[in-house]
Amino acid sequence: MSEFSVIGRRLPKVNSWAHLTGEARYADDLFLPRMLYGRVLRSTRPHARIRRVDTGRALAYPGVVAVVTGADMPEKMGIMPSTQDETALAVDRVRYVGEPVAAVAALDEDIAFDALSLIQVDYEDLEPIFTIEEALEREDVKIHDEAKRANVFKEVHLSFGDLEGGFAAADHVRDDWFFFEGNTHAPIESHSAVASYGPDDKLTLWTATQVPHYLHRELEKVLGLPRSRIRVIATPNGGAFGGKSDPFGHEFAAALLSIRTRRPVKITLDREEVFYAHRGRHPVKMRIRTGVKKDGEITAVHYQSWLDGGAYASYGIATTYYTGALLTVTYRIPAYKFDGVRVYTNKPPCGPKRGHGTTQPRYGFECQIDKIAEDLDLDPLEYRKKILQPANSRTVNDLRITSMGLGECLDALQRSTRYSERRGQLGRGKGIGLAGSAYISGAGLPIYWNEMPHSGAEIRIDRGGGVTVMCGTSEIGQGSDNMLASVAAEALGVMPADVHVVSGDTSLAPVDLGSYSSRVTFMAGNAVRDAAMKLRALLVAAAAEKLEVPADRLLSAYGRIYDRDDPSKFIAFADAAVLAESKHGTLVAAGSYKPPKGIGGSFKGAGVGPTPAYSYQAAVAEVTVDMDTGMVTVDKVTTAHDCGRALNPANVEGQVEGSAYMGYGEIIGEEQVFRGGLHKKPSLLDYKIPTSLDTPVLEAIVVESVDAEGPFGAKEAGEGPLNPVIPAIANAVYDAIGVRFDETPITAEKILTALGKRDRRGEQKTRIGPDGLDTGKADPKRALRRLTASTDARERKRPN
Amino acid sequence: MTKQLLTLRVNGEPRTIAADSHHTLLEVLREELGLTGTKHGCELGECGACTVLVDGVPVLACLTLPALVGDADVTTVEGLANGAGAGAPGREATLHPLQIAFAEEGAAQCGYCTPGMLMTAKALLDTTARPTRAQIASAISGNLCRCTGYTAIYEAIEKAASRA
Amino acid sequence: MLRLPRFRLVEPRSYGEAAQLLAENGAGALDRSKGTPTLRVMLVAGGTDLFPNMKRRQFTPEVLISLARVRDASGIQRNGHLDISAGTTLSAIAHDPGIRERSTALAEAAEVVSTPQLRNMGTIGGNICLDTRCNWYDQSLFWRTAEGFCMKTNPDVVCRVATSSPRCLAVASADTVPALLVLGATVHFEDAEGGRDVALSELYREDGIRPMAMRQDEVLTDITLPEADGWRSTYLKMRDRNSFDFPVAAVAAAVRWDGTRVSEARVAITALGSRPQLVEDAARPLVGTTLDDVTIALAAEAVHKAARPLDNTSGTISQRKRAALVLTERALRSLRPA
Ligand SMILES: Cc1cc2nc3c(=O)[nH]c(=O)nc-3n(C[C@H](O)[C@H](O)[C@H](O)COP(=O)(O)OP(=O)(O)OC[C@H]3O[C@@H](n4cnc5c(N)ncnc54)[C@H](O)[C@@H]3O)c2cc1C
Ligand code: SF4
Ligand code: FES
Ligand code: FES
Repeated sequence: MSEFSVIGRRLPKVNSWAHLTGEARYADDLFLPRMLYGRVLRSTRPHARIRRVDTGRALAYPGVVAVVTGADMPEKMGIMPSTQDETALAVDRVRYVGEPVAAVAALDEDIAFDALSLIQVDYEDLEPIFTIEEALEREDVKIHDEAKRANVFKEVHLSFGDLEGGFAAADHVRDDWFFFEGNTHAPIESHSAVASYGPDDKLTLWTATQVPHYLHRELEKVLGLPRSRIRVIATPNGGAFGGKSDPFGHEFAAALLSIRTRRPVKITLDREEVFYAHRGRHPVKMRIRTGVKKDGEITAVHYQSWLDGGAYASYGIATTYYTGALLTVTYRIPAYKFDGVRVYTNKPPCGPKRGHGTTQPRYGFECQIDKIAEDLDLDPLEYRKKILQPANSRTVNDLRITSMGLGECLDALQRSTRYSERRGQLGRGKGIGLAGSAYISGAGLPIYWNEMPHSGAEIRIDRGGGVTVMCGTSEIGQGSDNMLASVAAEALGVMPADVHVVSGDTSLAPVDLGSYSSRVTFMAGNAVRDAAMKLRALLVAAAAEKLEVPADRLLSAYGRIYDRDDPSKFIAFADAAVLAESKHGTLVAAGSYKPPKGIGGSFKGAGVGPTPAYSYQAAVAEVTVDMDTGMVTVDKVTTAHDCGRALNPANVEGQVEGSAYMGYGEIIGEEQVFRGGLHKKPSLLDYKIPTSLDTPVLEAIVVESVDAEGPFGAKEAGEGPLNPVIPAIANAVYDAIGVRFDETPITAEKILTALGKRDRRGEQKTRIGPDGLDTGKADPKRALRRLTASTDARERKRPN
Repeated sequence: MTKQLLTLRVNGEPRTIAADSHHTLLEVLREELGLTGTKHGCELGECGACTVLVDGVPVLACLTLPALVGDADVTTVEGLANGAGAGAPGREATLHPLQIAFAEEGAAQCGYCTPGMLMTAKALLDTTARPTRAQIASAISGNLCRCTGYTAIYEAIEKAASRA
Repeated sequence: MLRLPRFRLVEPRSYGEAAQLLAENGAGALDRSKGTPTLRVMLVAGGTDLFPNMKRRQFTPEVLISLARVRDASGIQRNGHLDISAGTTLSAIAHDPGIRERSTALAEAAEVVSTPQLRNMGTIGGNICLDTRCNWYDQSLFWRTAEGFCMKTNPDVVCRVATSSPRCLAVASADTVPALLVLGATVHFEDAEGGRDVALSELYREDGIRPMAMRQDEVLTDITLPEADGWRSTYLKMRDRNSFDFPVAAVAAAVRWDGTRVSEARVAITALGSRPQLVEDAARPLVGTTLDDVTIALAAEAVHKAARPLDNTSGTISQRKRAALVLTERALRSLRPA
């Protein structure tokens, strides 16, 4: 029998029933009395000065109650305090098509929609910049005047160990360029916010957000309303994946419209607007140079990345660092240099998407490892096993590694897929590929500098034995409410179904920093466990007295506290609660969690990368390439994931499968791409998220490396498992057709090009990917000409 | 534009409402009838989140005019647990086997595609008692799920079918 | 959420009444008061094409004539030939055992349209009259405002795909049409005065704005297919995803076997230009052969030549041209006797 009554069991999630009966209230499901409907007017220009915004006609339109513009909220905001470069609504400049400019509140949404077309915005076009290279070179065009060099948002250079020496000692050096195309989260629920400003001068904002606490701070700053008068309630998110972890213009607009009208205001984005809200995966160009000995031992790695950040900062500083920070935690690297540059372009801002900043370099690096294995004639799986970074070690960039299950993951995959025997043996058009990866269980540092806990939790036990857990986490579908209930239930000895969870509410629950960087299970889990153990001690003491059994012999499970040696001696949990409350007063306890010190280095930039524990994972993909049409079918993805202890294996498998699905979509066809600043695919028809008929067979293998510091040994499962899937598929396509895909996505067109079947010339290629930066070609007037051409065309009459 | 008086049979109950003729069934269900269980992700027929049953057939509420539904039976996720007549003595509402299986298999992560997915699955099981995996994959191919990768959903539907 | 523009809904009970209503409401008249010109009155069947278009404000008719309540608007009849009422849903067609068996291409085509829910709603009539598609055009009002519109929304503006093109190059995208073409379909129209039959192959033209030689005051009421004795047919579609997506290249083929030789053949394509079309040059070489590889290669080559995709759908020009060739080969090979 397991030592646990809750942990490790496949129990239904506590919030399942709400999901399954239609009772769950997402933000757009809220309807309040006197509620107004808002809509956001968005920029039609990629880069322009706003000369004037005239709202007069819109305000005069019957049914319109209020209109707000950028001038009403000029305060700068943004998720990272050090790089706040956005305003809630554009003030005097727009920097991408789709940027919020004004918002209307009206009696119904039809009226709000019509009223938008009555707002007159007078734009003066500026030259737009759309590519990394143009952004790097164009000193004469500044998307943000503050940028020191051209349109560089952030530049970082870090070096560890003896790089020169490392390369000098290498028997073989690989130097590869990669490009990872941008893509977006596309949760099925679009963003939605309902604001209500009451007669008590307090504002409540219900919103689909992953970061209620950070949003709370930004609302105070932008609205000039003390935080004590603001309550943010994160409604259940209908999927988020990082896309709902910035403060967004519509949230502020709903709030201000409600303050102005003293009526509730709802703004729900439509699908197209979600593509403009974006904050998704950065397009990244990469160059990776890796030196190895004959036996494959790595001697040095020089990694360079250029990130296309879009128009604003978002989490950009962190993203830039993340592209370089985690390459070192999987395989032994004695010398490492990282150069990263993130630039501004006139496109919707990029930000964190599942795997934040680590997905792109992991793709490049794991493709390169595959090439090295081939160069040295090593089995890619055995090779990876040979060079593993050991458990309980420190990396060259001073990251502390504790539990490390990548080796077990690789073994599990080999057992399940027989990768090593099948590689190269499947015949032309069929292939199998492998990759490994790692991720963090929460960032070691908060987004704003402070010494407070990263997660706080409060537990209350009522006189009937009911347990209420309060924690500021945001339920985004990852199962955090169930995690809170399960950890509390296990610690106290009740069942999760007996636990009430109050989450994501800044007034009712202690702060948790938010549902990002896979931090919730580890950090909020530890906070809840901390609180629960305090209450458990009180209950057990009371029970010990009553049962006349020493406290250390008492166990609690299934709603009872009982004698380990004689389970017939027990007291019901509710009775113990009454005894404990009689003795100690109201049963409330708080717990908190802060990552330990010393898990990372102390150099500038050392803040990004450290985590209390790394998750590890590896994936094997099996593909079929249609040699005539170029279509790629991914038949199966098997992912082995070291999540620490699986608190609920069904939920871990769900995260692993969901990650594999999302990774598959990223390499096979999802792209956030633009034409002259206009999104090419801003709909769920054109942006190709995989359907049931496309999705490979997904198999999840859970590897448990019980972590010493995680709650009951848990680490993370929500993000890491996405990373290896992408390079595994690229490596499988190589196995199938002998073509390296050093660029995503893999499309039919590219396959045909490589196979020499694109045209009659029949030239074949062994590699699809970039050869360097496309610099030196920036024609200063090209972008402007393109813009004028489109403006001209608008005026031009149809030729006869 | 004047409002139209409409009578719809939703989850076995006759409901009369006044609605603008350009408002879709999705808008009427959510905004006039308070049945917010039916979700929406695109309003253009591109996601399947708004799937409801009209006379047992899965259709998209976002592209359906309520006036044209006539006297057909509309079933939404709120009506899944309660078979007709539920609530009468001895007939208290019980969860549908699909709801139980979805919970057990973790087939709802964020839960947002779930109401639509459940309605599609119900229509499938009503016509095909023991569907194969391929039949399930085809049946739900008009319902996008961004969270699960569909695996748990297949398992849940198979489980519900095996219990029926 | 994205909502429909306002309109007045009328629900005729017969096709005659529908045609009358079209005439009364000024069928074909353009309303120029709304920024971009739009038809004042339109028909709607399943609404799966028109409603998304209306939500994107590609059309904002004042009056909408729904065919949903027309008596006998749906149904499949067989008496020597196959008669399909225009209001028959794509699901009904895909599931009809007779169609599957004798007019296979049509069942296969209906089955790969969009999604199960949309097939339960969408009609074959609506599919035949499906608006042409273009990724510069099938965008929201906001998007097209940002772009500055194109000829299809506003005749005063250029085509974005080829700015010097005198016509709109939007793409024919209906799946059932090539299947119906190779099965020799005839369509029946009614207007306020009476009716007429048109061979489907005569219906379409090279014009993305008015892709059909159909008058605005006509209603499509029936589709007739001749007896399919001795014919075998199939439909193959290339699309990005195996559900939801419109074709980026598609081929229908039908051959009539006389013993071991092909006595008649038809090949049709869609999604490769503004007009779905029969490719005579592909069909001709097949007659009298056993569908050997060499013959099939000739036909595929002819299809490759006839395919003129442009950069206004998903996929690329060369990929789609190649798909046309490959799909033709595969379709024809599958029609060889078992
Ligand atoms: C997400 C999505 C994916 C899709 N994918 C595909 C696809 O892969 N392949 C495909 O072919 N289609 C696809 N469609 C389009 C559509 O669902 C089908 O073409 C369907 O058959 C249209 O039929 P309907 O009855 O809904 O047409 P409606 O929308 O009702 O009408 C379409 C047009 O035809 C006219 N019309 C309808 N009936 C008549 C009539 N009897 N007489 C005269 N005019 C008439 C209407 O005025 C309108 O202009 C897709 C649609 C969506 C929303
Ligand atoms: S082909 Fe040209 S005119 Fe036609 S819809 Fe596309 S851009 Fe507009
Ligand atoms: S909301 Fe109806 S299909 Fe997406
Ligand atoms: S469970 Fe989130 S979209 Fe399906």
